[in-house]
Amino acid sequence: MTPEPVLRKTPLFEAHRARGARMTGFAGWQMPLHYGSQIEEHHAVRRSAGVFDVSHMCAVEVIGAASRAALRRLLANDVAKLAVPGKSLYSCMLSDEGGMLDDLVATWLGGERYRLVLNAATAERDLAWMRGRAPEARFEPRHDCAMLALQGPCAREALWRARPAWRAATEALGRFFATELEGGTFVSRTGYTGEDGFEIALPAAEAPALWDDLLAAGVAPCGLAARDTLRLEAGLILYGQDADERVTPYEAGVGWTVDLADSSRDFIGRAALARRPRGRQLLGLRLFERAVPRSHMKVRTAHGEGEVTSGTFSPTLGVPIALARLPAAVSPGQEAEVEVRGRWLGARVVTLPFVRHGKEVK
Amino acid sequence: MNVPEDLRYTATHEWVREEGDLLLVGITDPAQEMLGDLVFVGDVQVGRRIGAGEVAAVVESVKAAADVYAPAAGEIVAFNEELGSRPELVNRSPYEAWIFKLKPAQPPQGLLDAAAYRATVDAKKEAL
Repeated sequence: MTPEPVLRKTPLFEAHRARGARMTGFAGWQMPLHYGSQIEEHHAVRRSAGVFDVSHMCAVEVIGAASRAALRRLLANDVAKLAVPGKSLYSCMLSDEGGMLDDLVATWLGGERYRLVLNAATAERDLAWMRGRAPEARFEPRHDCAMLALQGPCAREALWRARPAWRAATEALGRFFATELEGGTFVSRTGYTGEDGFEIALPAAEAPALWDDLLAAGVAPCGLAARDTLRLEAGLILYGQDADERVTPYEAGVGWTVDLADSSRDFIGRAALARRPRGRQLLGLRLFERAVPRSHMKVRTAHGEGEVTSGTFSPTLGVPIALARLPAAVSPGQEAEVEVRGRWLGARVVTLPFVRHGKEVK
Repeated sequence: MNVPEDLRYTATHEWVREEGDLLLVGITDPAQEMLGDLVFVGDVQVGRRIGAGEVAAVVESVKAAADVYAPAAGEIVAFNEELGSRPELVNRSPYEAWIFKLKPAQPPQGLLDAAAYRATVDAKKEAL
């Protein structure tokens, strides 16, 4: 028998247990799945505020005189357009064949310093890849940090109630901007839910107190299960499920992040992207009857077959929704069918997202 | 763990209540807790003749789907239509929210009492 791998604990592990979380293994970590009802947690984020432990994600500082040039080669989006310190962008990192190795957020900290946030499951592979392909830059993972995602229409006010001293520095932050506070805390106005809010990286020892103070300020603790339904409604892909090394950004709904403006920028995967056919695309599906679409379920369209990459029952819309990889000729508005347990159920092909800022997107 | 004394159970987490010559069948409190918030209850074919242990219904939470088995051979005579649009009732009150009614061909065999069902749940928890 293979021994069970030992799952890592985040600095908030005891806090989750104290709140009665159901824990689950995710990318090598013990993470909270929910604290009783994932649907109530979902609604809390859409209507008020919720907080997620995302300490499993990997923050990496990129340091050294060659940082900018290294990231311009490693990433399909162009960090050169980060004109103000603190500005962030979302990017794919590609293989030589143009397949997605990961998706990440990169922030320019000023000078030759950048900060990346990588997916937990791919972090080790990413680091090895970046160090191998850009040995002139230094990549330093910040394993000393915890990360919280505070999300929802009331998220910002909740942070200022819990940490009044942080208000001055964070109130002026625009979307996709970040700032460093004293004491090694890093606050960015980003998220993975389709709602406003902050992501906060802070020293591990300070995380439980912030968590408790946010809950005392009325924020709902939320687990990975709600995080998944929220990001799906927001049309945000999950690496490993909606995208992997076999697909290009154009086939995963994130072609808009591939920056071809500077024709002299030879980023990894660029040449392959130019010659690979774009046979597929990622679109949304809304099923007409109650069911739960799940990954790998088959989809039939007038232009050929496709596949569900992620599916769920949308708590906000009250209908089944899915992300699906479909033939390139399919257009939003057309009908499709999804095979759910042997039955072909009708669906409408739609653009993404399904929900933004608490409201249905039509 | 909420496991009422007046019901009978299967090792596959169904509860069974006798009502006249019919059996009302639902899923237990430990089962709904394991599954989490339900978003689908269905795939019940009223009028179907079914064998003991065959799949009579499907319940799905956001994360997982689970089959609900017939606790005895017989005919499915009713589906609780309210659960079709309000599956969350199974989470809220699992022992009120019957899923289907079965007219058994013979009295059901081998069902567990509350103590025996609790013991099987505890044994599974220890194995996890």
